[in-house]
Amino acid sequence: MNKHLTLLAALALTASPLAAQDLTVTSFGGAYGAAQKEHMIAPFVAETGVNVLFEDYGGGIAEMKAQVEAGNVLWDVVDIEVIDLERACAEGYLEVIDQSQLPAGDDGTPAADDFIEDALANECGVGNIVWSVVFAVNTENGPGPQNITEFFDTEAFPGKRGLRKRPQVNMEWALIADGVASEDVYETLSTEEGQARAFAKLDTVKEDIVWYDSWSQAPVLLNDGGAAMVQSANGRIFAAIQDDGAPFSIVWDSHVYDLDVWAIMKGTKNKDLAMDFIKSATRTVPLSGMQDVAYGPTRRSAQALLPESVKQDLPTAHLDVGLKADGIFWADYGESLGEKFNEWLLQ
Amino acid sequence: MARALAKSSTSGCCNKPLFPALFYGAGDARKKAMTNITQTLNPEDARNAAREVRKRRIQAFLFVVPLLVFIIFAFVAPITTMLYRSIHNPTVANLVPETLTALEDWSGDGLPDEAVLIQFAADMKRMANDRTSGQLADEINRALPGMSSVVKSTARNLRRVDDVEIAANGAALLLDANDRWADTATWRAVRDAGQVFSSSYYLTSLDLERTSDGSIGARDTQIYVQLYTKTLKMALIITVLTIVLGYPLAFFMAHASDRLANFLMVFVLLPFWTSLLVRTTAWIALLQTNGVVNSTLMAIGITDQPLELLYTQFSTIIAMTHILLPFMVLPLYAVMRGIDDSYMRAAISMGSRPMGAWYKIYLPMSLPGLSAGALLVFIISIGYYITPALVGGIDGQMISNIIAFHMQQSNNWELAAALGSLLLFLILVLYWLFDRFVGTDNLKLG
Repeated sequence: MNKHLTLLAALALTASPLAAQDLTVTSFGGAYGAAQKEHMIAPFVAETGVNVLFEDYGGGIAEMKAQVEAGNVLWDVVDIEVIDLERACAEGYLEVIDQSQLPAGDDGTPAADDFIEDALANECGVGNIVWSVVFAVNTENGPGPQNITEFFDTEAFPGKRGLRKRPQVNMEWALIADGVASEDVYETLSTEEGQARAFAKLDTVKEDIVWYDSWSQAPVLLNDGGAAMVQSANGRIFAAIQDDGAPFSIVWDSHVYDLDVWAIMKGTKNKDLAMDFIKSATRTVPLSGMQDVAYGPTRRSAQALLPESVKQDLPTAHLDVGLKADGIFWADYGESLGEKFNEWLLQ
Repeated sequence: MARALAKSSTSGCCNKPLFPALFYGAGDARKKAMTNITQTLNPEDARNAAREVRKRRIQAFLFVVPLLVFIIFAFVAPITTMLYRSIHNPTVANLVPETLTALEDWSGDGLPDEAVLIQFAADMKRMANDRTSGQLADEINRALPGMSSVVKSTARNLRRVDDVEIAANGAALLLDANDRWADTATWRAVRDAGQVFSSSYYLTSLDLERTSDGSIGARDTQIYVQLYTKTLKMALIITVLTIVLGYPLAFFMAHASDRLANFLMVFVLLPFWTSLLVRTTAWIALLQTNGVVNSTLMAIGITDQPLELLYTQFSTIIAMTHILLPFMVLPLYAVMRGIDDSYMRAAISMGSRPMGAWYKIYLPMSLPGLSAGALLVFIISIGYYITPALVGGIDGQMISNIIAFHMQQSNNWELAAALGSLLLFLILVLYWLFDRFVGTDNLKLG
């Protein structure tokens, strides 16, 4: 059904004579989208005069699949989480990017050395930000838990825990809280026993969990008292503290970090223009602008530009206590664990 | 439907059809009319009359053409595609046709022949260069979780290997790339994923699977049957609640003065005109931990602790009852307005108690509105998506939420199609049962 709707929508759009001049860039909106608009889109528009349509989506690869399968690609450039990138690239929804074209950093370091290694790990994407899933505490009722083990300790730290309703990150945290070392988490999770162990640990806090569906709900839950501690993308909590003066504190222990990359949709008519945009948007200065929403830049030369006071709020300053989200693992087990997770929820 | 219309037009009921020819065309009535014409008219006039009838039918048809075209494009075609998709999945068959042909001779025990392995290695190399290995990985992973990375990494390994080398040594290369290629289960998964037509998505939708010996058994993960049952149960509760709330209201409005009835009607319609999202969000504001309801309850001392109202089955049911209430009140009110009060008065004057008269006289007369309202509310709530997603938490999830999960997150459109088709089938069965026991003639929307 989606395919047909997309087809109709595509027909309607391509009928517009201006379509060929425009570049459609799709990202996640919110404060993050605003920062991208200011630091990446606006300079590109000023330099090239290209009309950029900046659109929002909710992540995932379903919309890309619909567009590519219908043969009518509406987006040109898309911001995608590495966790989805693996699948989108291998299933042929994205163009392969010639990473040798990327410009050197402002300090002259060649791109291949300037980018952190995960940023160019996949041939379909160019790293954009490092972001992280952390947990945050409302400090109005005391300091609260300081690590993941305490997060799972409902006796010492009573109160509701807000978690995003999906297996990702929750399964990893359950195992870490149960004593599995960070580096063994994904290996353990790929076995039946490991999965059962993670669910058993989640069982111990099940009654105290408030589930939510999108990152935007996390600071709201923490603010209105719906939860005493929440899992959240670090930027959302940072924005609540920075802009609204909310009494939240971020706990970096065992945060699960990941990258967002810019990628080019397979079959776009503006492939060269899309590449120009990515080259422009991932230069040193535009990347350093992502500090506005507390996401770390993926170039070393951009990290060097950040003031010392900001660095502590970025995931890049806490990589030593964090766990890198494993895109390959979730491409393998995302669907089967998703079903098991739903079954566990219904029990 | 056609039967009901034909009946009403021949029995000379109140509604005179605008285009009689169209309705006569539906049943025996037309033949009767035609024989009457030929008996009393000469052949020339009969031909003219017949032409006239035909003209009117074409006219009537032209009136519905835009709707018909719209329905075919926007409704019939997508639903047929969806139904087809739930049993037809040619992805793997298109990707590795030769391997699958070679696999046909394989007994299903031990490893397939070396020729099969070599053919598969060659296919893998081609797919790695076409960037289609991910599609194969996805499909095989569905049958055997964990295979996605195995397929992709093997494809990467074989991408730059020489064709001659593969023809000579393909089997060894494959087995070296990953030891899961030495596993019988892997090849069973490849063979099963290669079936173009398969009932496996329907089996999964019913929490069943085909075991290795070909029989059908329960899956490890039991989820969908439970969700269907829960969805039906919740839809039923919501329908009953809308009847309990809507019936007395419609009764009161039908017997109130026009001014009062219109005033009350605004209260029914106002929420109906408000955006669904706004109404759902309003419920979030009311029910959340420190929301209006909880602070009121705590202020008047009913509870000390805020109650858990949001993100429960309770919140889904209460929000959906509110949202669907107009669908119950409107048909009920329309039907009740048409019921003559003198029937009730007559029954009471002849010695019936008010409740008895209501039960024997009024209820059967208002039944068409009640059935229509109940059917509307029930069927709409079975497929409801956005409200449970927003206020339901985990207890309040319905089958449509899991369909959305497979459409948007796991990207298993075939399974989503099978689940959706089963839902459609369920609704058709319920409609058939309704027709059996209540009768669709007893359906009136106004």
